[in-house]
Amino acid sequence: MSAADTTTAKVPPVRQSPPSGSTAGGPGKPGKKSDGGAGVPWLLLAPCLLVLLLVLGYPLARLVILSFQNFGQPQLWGFQEAEWAGFDNFTKILGDGEFWTVVLRTVLFAAGAVIVTMVAGMMIALLLQRVSGWVKTLINIVLVASWGMPIIVATAIFKWLFDADYGVLNWLLSRIPGVDMIGHNWFASGPQGLAVIMLLVVWGAVPFVVITLSAGLTQVPKELEEAARLDGAGAWGVFRFVTLPILKPIIVMLTTLSVIWDMGVFPQVYVMRNGHPEPEFQLLTTYSFDRAFVVNDYGTGSAIALVTVLLLLGVVAVYMRQMLKIGDVE
Amino acid sequence: MSAANATATPATSPAPAVTRRRKSKLGWNVLGLLVVLTAGFPVYWMINTAFKPAKDAIDPDPHFFPSTFTLENFKRALDIADFWGPVLRSLTVSLVVVVIGIAVGLLAALAISRFSFRGRKAVIVGILAVQMVPLVAMIIPVFLLLNDLGQYDRLSGLIITYLTFILPFTVWTLRGFIVNIPKELEEAAMVDGCTRTGAFVRVVFPLLAPGMVATSVYAFIQAWNEYLYALMLMSQQNQTATVWLSNFITKNGTEYAPMMAGSTMMAVPIVILFLLVQRKMAAGLTAGAVKG
Repeated sequence: MSAADTTTAKVPPVRQSPPSGSTAGGPGKPGKKSDGGAGVPWLLLAPCLLVLLLVLGYPLARLVILSFQNFGQPQLWGFQEAEWAGFDNFTKILGDGEFWTVVLRTVLFAAGAVIVTMVAGMMIALLLQRVSGWVKTLINIVLVASWGMPIIVATAIFKWLFDADYGVLNWLLSRIPGVDMIGHNWFASGPQGLAVIMLLVVWGAVPFVVITLSAGLTQVPKELEEAARLDGAGAWGVFRFVTLPILKPIIVMLTTLSVIWDMGVFPQVYVMRNGHPEPEFQLLTTYSFDRAFVVNDYGTGSAIALVTVLLLLGVVAVYMRQMLKIGDVE
Repeated sequence: MSAANATATPATSPAPAVTRRRKSKLGWNVLGLLVVLTAGFPVYWMINTAFKPAKDAIDPDPHFFPSTFTLENFKRALDIADFWGPVLRSLTVSLVVVVIGIAVGLLAALAISRFSFRGRKAVIVGILAVQMVPLVAMIIPVFLLLNDLGQYDRLSGLIITYLTFILPFTVWTLRGFIVNIPKELEEAAMVDGCTRTGAFVRVVFPLLAPGMVATSVYAFIQAWNEYLYALMLMSQQNQTATVWLSNFITKNGTEYAPMMAGSTMMAVPIVILFLLVQRKMAAGLTAGAVKG
């Protein structure tokens, strides 16, 4: 099945298939269905590629162009042509101390969310293997319910849970002897507020991780675990030297996906702060949004968005390699 | 830790092994229930708040069980701003996006999973990469594009933009379902005299149908839940369901009890849909993942 991949992989990608290509396409494995010629797949792909080109290709190109332009309200209303700014937008943001604070905050936020999600997800997945059937069912129901919860609804719920005056969480924490949290405003300080938002992100992200890891755990051969145990490995040893290496492809995939998702957190912060995140709540996404739609400096906003995408590129590369490896097997 | 051990140690006589297993299970079960309580609490609290009188919701001593059951909050939620308009708009957008996404996506998925051609790998990489572009990064150019096209505040504009994330998703997911259908079935049909199209319609399509339904439902949920584009590309009069929820947040504070009622109305149908397809999706997403 992977023959098709290996034979085509070395060939430089072409947009249109040359009509004579079907005769030259001889190296394709004999017996492989190649009826219909090379035009058929491209015909099937055409609508998809066209739509993507319009809705993604064009805006992406526009994003790059915008980041090199001065584009404000007059340009938006068409009173003035956009003018080229060279690297001005980039030098402006890169020389801005606030930008770097935001970058650092975003990276810390995403790293925290990813680590907590992965660790909690792994622990729950391992726990699922050990509990009785009915507890397993209960956990699964709860996980799927929180997974399917619309982000916006989840944000509303967390806002209510952590409300300073009537939030149930402050009341619950105050039950602990010696703790008085009644009236505590979680959003008075940036780090605390972002911790709450991180919890919200983790709550929504853990189910996917647990369910994917659980599926992976069922494929860990029991014999390997037993063999390790006979060789004197403890529970940790079995996990570290048997389970973890086997799950590695899944873990890499989940971690990279989580990084990408958690770097792109937007509605949670935006709604939690009633549409106006304070400076100490700004992440790269809200910061870019703020520059563009609040300050009306679309050029700088685009530059920030572009930098965010570039920051993610490395992570995306790892993810793609993993996905392609998996794809090759099929 | 020893729970799994217990089954694998034949040395001990069966009776103690069983009790030991039960005992060690108990500890894990307690831990499991703790997970259920923590993870389920937000959902429980939403429903609890939605069904109790608004004045109970702001009682300094929280009511963990609604002593009086009321639908007042739901009435208030339906009153605060037009509810069915946004729902209808969200429904329209999501359904149209799903239909286009599945139709176009199926063709593309077939191309990359059943044909070998030059540039196939490039297309796969492209579709994967495109999924990774954060939506927020695209909002500025998309906003300007729709502004230029005169599609701002139009449902058609929103539909076009939703394809940015729905289409790559449907292509990739359908591809996953298709590759799991053995090629031999198709080939057998073709040996028996089916055309390639005939083999697809008669053999592959019926096998693919459940996967297509699951993908459609999942895509529908994603489109329904989208917030940022809906917020930025539609005006207040034409808001969609997710944006509708922010009507409860006013300058004078937030009406939490009706907001939880509104949340319940929005979340329950979605969660039920999600429950129905989740198993199928999880299987599709991770198929073959361990083999790598």
